[in-house]
Amino acid sequence: MEPIVKLTDIHKTYASGEVKVHAVRGISLDIHKGEFIAIMGASGSGKSTLMNTLGCLDRPTSGTYSLDGINVSSLGRNERADIRNQKIGFVFQGFNLLSRTTALENVELPMLYAPRRVSAKEMRDRAMHALEIVGLAKRYDHLPNQLSGGQQQRVAIARALVNNPQVILADEPTGNLDTKTSVEVMGVFQKLNDEGITIVMVTHELDIARYCKRNLIVRDGIVVRDAAVNDRSFAAEELLKVAEAEAAAKLTHALFPHANAED
Amino acid sequence: MRVVATTIIALRALRRNKMRSVLTALGMIIGVGAVIAMVSIGNGAKSQVEASIASLGQNVVTVFPGNFTSGGARGGWGSASSLTPEDALAIQNEISGVVAVSAEVRDRQQVLANGLNWNTTIYGESPEFLGIRVWALADGLMFNEAEVRSAAKVAVIGQTIADQIFSGTDPIGKTLRIRNIPFKVIGVLSAKGFNYFGTDQDDAVIIPYTSAMRRVSRRTNLNSIQIQAVTPEQMPRIQQEITDLLQQRRQGRDPDFTVRNQLELAEAATATSRTMTALLGAIAGVSLIVGGIGIMNIMLVSVTERTREIGIRLAIGAHDRDIRLQFLIEAMVLSLMGGTLGILVGIGSSQLVSHLNGWPVLVSTTAVIVAFLFSGAVGIAFGFYPAHKAAQLDPIDALRFE
Repeated sequence: MEPIVKLTDIHKTYASGEVKVHAVRGISLDIHKGEFIAIMGASGSGKSTLMNTLGCLDRPTSGTYSLDGINVSSLGRNERADIRNQKIGFVFQGFNLLSRTTALENVELPMLYAPRRVSAKEMRDRAMHALEIVGLAKRYDHLPNQLSGGQQQRVAIARALVNNPQVILADEPTGNLDTKTSVEVMGVFQKLNDEGITIVMVTHELDIARYCKRNLIVRDGIVVRDAAVNDRSFAAEELLKVAEAEAAAKLTHALFPHANAED
Repeated sequence: MRVVATTIIALRALRRNKMRSVLTALGMIIGVGAVIAMVSIGNGAKSQVEASIASLGQNVVTVFPGNFTSGGARGGWGSASSLTPEDALAIQNEISGVVAVSAEVRDRQQVLANGLNWNTTIYGESPEFLGIRVWALADGLMFNEAEVRSAAKVAVIGQTIADQIFSGTDPIGKTLRIRNIPFKVIGVLSAKGFNYFGTDQDDAVIIPYTSAMRRVSRRTNLNSIQIQAVTPEQMPRIQQEITDLLQQRRQGRDPDFTVRNQLELAEAATATSRTMTALLGAIAGVSLIVGGIGIMNIMLVSVTERTREIGIRLAIGAHDRDIRLQFLIEAMVLSLMGGTLGILVGIGSSQLVSHLNGWPVLVSTTAVIVAFLFSGAVGIAFGFYPAHKAAQLDPIDALRFE
């Protein structure tokens, strides 16, 4: 089967003043349908540049990028915008929802920019469906500032899903979340992946990367490690453990109410 | 172009920032309101001047006698005794497009009645005079052609005379003595007020011009001939033909008359108020520009403030032109909303000025339409640069913007 994403010898050079910065120096990568990949690396390793290239936000200096059989490395600004709209769903670290705009309207946004016009009713139905998938249908009329971080990220995931993309790209999706909420968001990703959706995410947290199926480590603009995850974590189990730990903490607190005060 | 979707997006964006939208539109509201109010007040003044010019008569061409020189002293216009009733008759008979002709003889006399006296102007006129001057009778009748032919001793008096001499009584049928000649009052004119030059038009006694010539002034010439044209467009032609006719009647002698056209007077009188209207409108127009700059200012701030929003939109598939159109529509909606409210404010405030100061105001439809279109144009003109700036943003940089 043809890979959904096929990168062939991608290079990216930034000219910052006199010095040329080689952010990516020859990455080739195949991603097949149904994969769940974590790209890891220190800052400056080139993982963000790789992510921007995958997301069609940036063009490689050399090399070819084929997405769903289309050579996108040669497309112009507006053609790439259409590719992003139709084939890619974005989830960002800082959620990037429109403020003072309801969850429903945020999820509708990609459909407003669809090349084919979507009727108001269809937009609403599809947005509600996407919110149902992430479990937030009841909060469709909430504004971002009325939602918790985890809920905002789930609205963002619903927005990424709504145009049925080939691949979801998540850039540090748990970066702004606490441990428990991070696990919940990873649970949403795992559920979507189980339904066959391809997900690529960037993270620097090892324990988050263990929720994926395949890990990629980037250093100095090249892939230094590409391996399947052996001891994979599952969100449902981890959440159970967290719940037990919380219960235990409460129990401890109930038995020794002054334990904390003495610390 | 995804115009419908973009319009929805722009309206949603404006709704998200209600307060800012209203404040931005305020510049336009004041600008357009000022233009409408100023132009309305200016137009009101102009129409008042025009009305007072119109009270001098409608489509009137006037013939005055020329200059009379005696022993080297030149008498100036009107001093020659060269106009005759025959000239008036010739004009009446030979020139087409003439509705009415009135021969006029003027004289200042002391009038007596009711044991009171008053110095006033005696107008010897033809029966057509009231029609030419668009002057209605308040009571009684105007004298007729037969009374002119017989030089009847009848008079029609103005309101001022009625008030000063016949105060509290009905003047119709009473006797008014002019130079000790008894005239019977047969009509009272409606009040016409002061004219453009400040003369009390009601301070007048009107008698047949034949009576004025033979009985009161004892002369054979006229002070002027007033001719009413069918339409204002005909006036220049009639003016020219009267000049030619009278010249022909004088058989080669130097012209001893002048022909004036009422339009010339109206022209000069309305020029001032036209200038004033233009001036007020221009000053108000400046505030419209300032309002436009306000919109541009807010839109620029808005683009910077919403850089991340623009980044999100670009990332999930907006084209440059979608962003540009969104900000243009936002600017247009703000300016047209401001324009519409401004029109209402302008009409309201001009009515208020009219009510408080008693000034005449005239809201012109043209001004309203022009102001509305102009506010839309201001929206496009001043919204374009910020919209263009927004559309040029790079999605990666915009998303990284804090």
